[in-house]
Amino acid sequence: MKKNADILVIDDEQVIVDAVVKICALDNYSVDVALNAKTGLEKIANHHYPIIISDIMMPDGDGFEILEAVKKKKEDSALIMATGFSTVENAVNSLYKGAVSFIPKPFTVDELLSTVYRVNNFQKIMGKQKLIIQQQKNDEILFVACPSKYLRLGYSTWMFQEREGTVLVGMCDIYMKTIDSIQQIELLNREDEIAQGISCASFICANDRNHRILAPLSGRIVEVNETIKNNPSLIEKDPYFEGWIYRVIPANIEYEIKYLIPCSSDRI
Amino acid sequence: MFNKIGFRLIFVVAFTTLIIIGVFAYFNVKSQSSNLISEVERHANQLGETVVSSTRFDMMLNQRDRIQQTINSIGTQPQIRDVRIINKFGEIIYSSDSTYINKMVDKREESCYACHAEDKPLEQISITERTRIFRVHPDSNRVIGIITPIYNEKSCWNSDCHAHPKDQKVLGVLDVSISLAEVDKAILNSEWKIVGFSIIAIIALGLLIAFFIRRWVSRPVNDLLNGTLQVSQGNLNYTIKEMGEDEIGKLGTSFNNMTKKLAEARMQLFQSDKMASLGRLAAGVAHEINNPLTGVLTYSSFLLKRTKDNPEFQEDLKVIVRETIRSREIVKSLLDFARQSVPKKIDADINEIIIKAVAVIDNQLSINKVKIVKQIDNNLPKITVDSNQMEQVFINLFVNACDAIGNTGGTITLTTQKISLTPFGTTQIKKATCRKRHSLIDNDYKIDGMPSLKVKVVSDGKEGMVHLDPVYGKHRNNFDVGFKIGKDAKYVCPDCNNSLVLENKTCPKCGAPILAFEISGEGIYEVCSSEGSNWEKWDSVDSAGLKEYIEIKVTDTGSGINNEDLPKIFDPFFSTKGQKGNGLGLAVIWGIIDNHNGTITVNSDLGKGTTFTIRIPFIQNR
Repeated sequence: MKKNADILVIDDEQVIVDAVVKICALDNYSVDVALNAKTGLEKIANHHYPIIISDIMMPDGDGFEILEAVKKKKEDSALIMATGFSTVENAVNSLYKGAVSFIPKPFTVDELLSTVYRVNNFQKIMGKQKLIIQQQKNDEILFVACPSKYLRLGYSTWMFQEREGTVLVGMCDIYMKTIDSIQQIELLNREDEIAQGISCASFICANDRNHRILAPLSGRIVEVNETIKNNPSLIEKDPYFEGWIYRVIPANIEYEIKYLIPCSSDRI
Repeated sequence: MFNKIGFRLIFVVAFTTLIIIGVFAYFNVKSQSSNLISEVERHANQLGETVVSSTRFDMMLNQRDRIQQTINSIGTQPQIRDVRIINKFGEIIYSSDSTYINKMVDKREESCYACHAEDKPLEQISITERTRIFRVHPDSNRVIGIITPIYNEKSCWNSDCHAHPKDQKVLGVLDVSISLAEVDKAILNSEWKIVGFSIIAIIALGLLIAFFIRRWVSRPVNDLLNGTLQVSQGNLNYTIKEMGEDEIGKLGTSFNNMTKKLAEARMQLFQSDKMASLGRLAAGVAHEINNPLTGVLTYSSFLLKRTKDNPEFQEDLKVIVRETIRSREIVKSLLDFARQSVPKKIDADINEIIIKAVAVIDNQLSINKVKIVKQIDNNLPKITVDSNQMEQVFINLFVNACDAIGNTGGTITLTTQKISLTPFGTTQIKKATCRKRHSLIDNDYKIDGMPSLKVKVVSDGKEGMVHLDPVYGKHRNNFDVGFKIGKDAKYVCPDCNNSLVLENKTCPKCGAPILAFEISGEGIYEVCSSEGSNWEKWDSVDSAGLKEYIEIKVTDTGSGINNEDLPKIFDPFFSTKGQKGNGLGLAVIWGIIDNHNGTITVNSDLGKGTTFTIRIPFIQNR
């Protein structure tokens, strides 16, 4: 039997599909393609793909149908949503509904490779986690789930509402486990605005991998955690407390909170 | 000509004057002539008496020649036509006109009739009864005749001649006729004078009234008429020049206000329509461009990665990648403009948003020496808006104001207040469905730029499409389907053929069936299906009463916008800032305000400054 491809890319645009195939080949991934949602759904039904990259808007269907199909199949396929700027809200919504990551189009080679790299690692960790649960080795912990009063954007960032009305923003441990150790960190400044689902920081790791961090909510930065600038490893060590990134005055939390997943739901 | 209001007024006034002066003149002439006649009468009577008494002596002496001579000499006087003495038997015995002498007078003649009407002659009659006015020929002058009876007296029957017996009371009569030619001439003269005066008065009055009507009524009414014609032809920029403080002047002013409001409303609608299509276009373009751009970016960055050991290529490829990333940002800002997503609305204090926006551009304000004057109503209620978007609106407006002011310094005045406006004639139906939720909005047939409501009509086996005005209260409906719509016509949804007619209810005005549309979230809109009727009802909008808005004004003392640019400033990619701006700022603002169901209008005086007025309804359910 023919070996299944590592990645399935679903997009109605031939150029993008070709580019994804070429780029992924750089990191030695094999890629299967589908040029419309229907073919994509058929392929998902018949094969197993660890990673699926899907456009959100296609003439004959949308990324949410793909997401539903993957969920139904109960296989551990990680979904990356590719989307134009016009549908950032859709993308955030897809993270809420279970997509692992999304990548805004147009993207560069580095951006795509970094994302695929992270999602690939995510798959590996989740696979191990499954084994551990099966083998009931409870003492082995692969990542720390976020505290119960936190809310998270997909598997990437968390936010925590402080009593003063401000909000702390930081990284989820699972995200940190999918990237290499941070070599350099690029942060926004105080008074800058951040927007939900739009990059608010980037971590530069080994092999020039540049990971863009998506803001979990919109707002204005009132404080930047200066200690992590000099000591990025703090985020890896204590992502939920000392390793916070920004303190933010939220702009639209009542609206945006519906796309955030309460961390308490992870602890069942 | 008689259709002109001025002419009618002049006609009515002239006619009334004619009647009044005519009646006055009639009675005046009449009383004047009767005065004259009675004067003549008195005069003639006196003359009669004089003749009788002056001939008495000669009669006594029976000197007939002398009597005749006296009468002749009296008769030669110019006004006197004839002097005659008639005896008891009706024989003319003396006359100034000798041809009549010895002629008999018929008792039934008009001059005799007064006394001889009865069988027995009357002996004492009043002066008026003795007087008669007559014409000898129908075309000759009028003549007044007066009979003076000659009574018997003692000296007569005692006289030697014994011509008259004692028992005879009246011996004869003296008949004096005086020509009324002079009097008639005088009367005619005064009649002519009065007629002439009347004509002059009427003409003068007519001219005077014509002059003032022209000045106060015709000319302004013509101006107004001209204005309405211009407006009906679509020229909403037409303004009527100042016409004073009277009612017509006020009408003119309110007409100007009306056209201004109309022009603004049309501009809003036009802009709304244009923005919607531009938004769709921009989103479509951005989406379409995004894919090829992804190709360019991925392949160029792919090459960049693969040619790491070739610095020559690296430089050039870096430029490609950098510029493609720049294009990506442009597409992003285009999409910011076109963003069709619903605003993320929360309850917010508009004053706070404004203050926040001022704080953001505080630096630029102080660099440009711009002073901010806040005239803020502190009791404004919170309204449901996307505070980020609204903040962006104000920041953009302030930045524009700063640019308009330049380096010379100036003032930006911010005003917030609560206002109320009526919904009738302004509320547009944007979504309407049949009972099966098929949309009845027809984007292909627009009424005044807005998509109409479509209804399929089936009558006598023919089918057609009726288009209804989407603005509540305007009734610019189009029932022209190419055939006559019968009374038993069916009105159905074009998609599912289900009836749109409301059961158990007919139009209270004309009894025709009522069409009902479901307006999502806003109840049922009902409208009469008859072409002539203007009955319509929309309970949820009616019950809402006056719509309340928050009005925000941003006024700067900058360079202003010239009139040609004014209609274009909300267009995307229109910029007066040259390289500095991308021409999307005001277009984005417009989109945001439209998404809040608000309106934004601009007023500008070149060289004096610009005012932007934003109105946002309190209730954001539409």
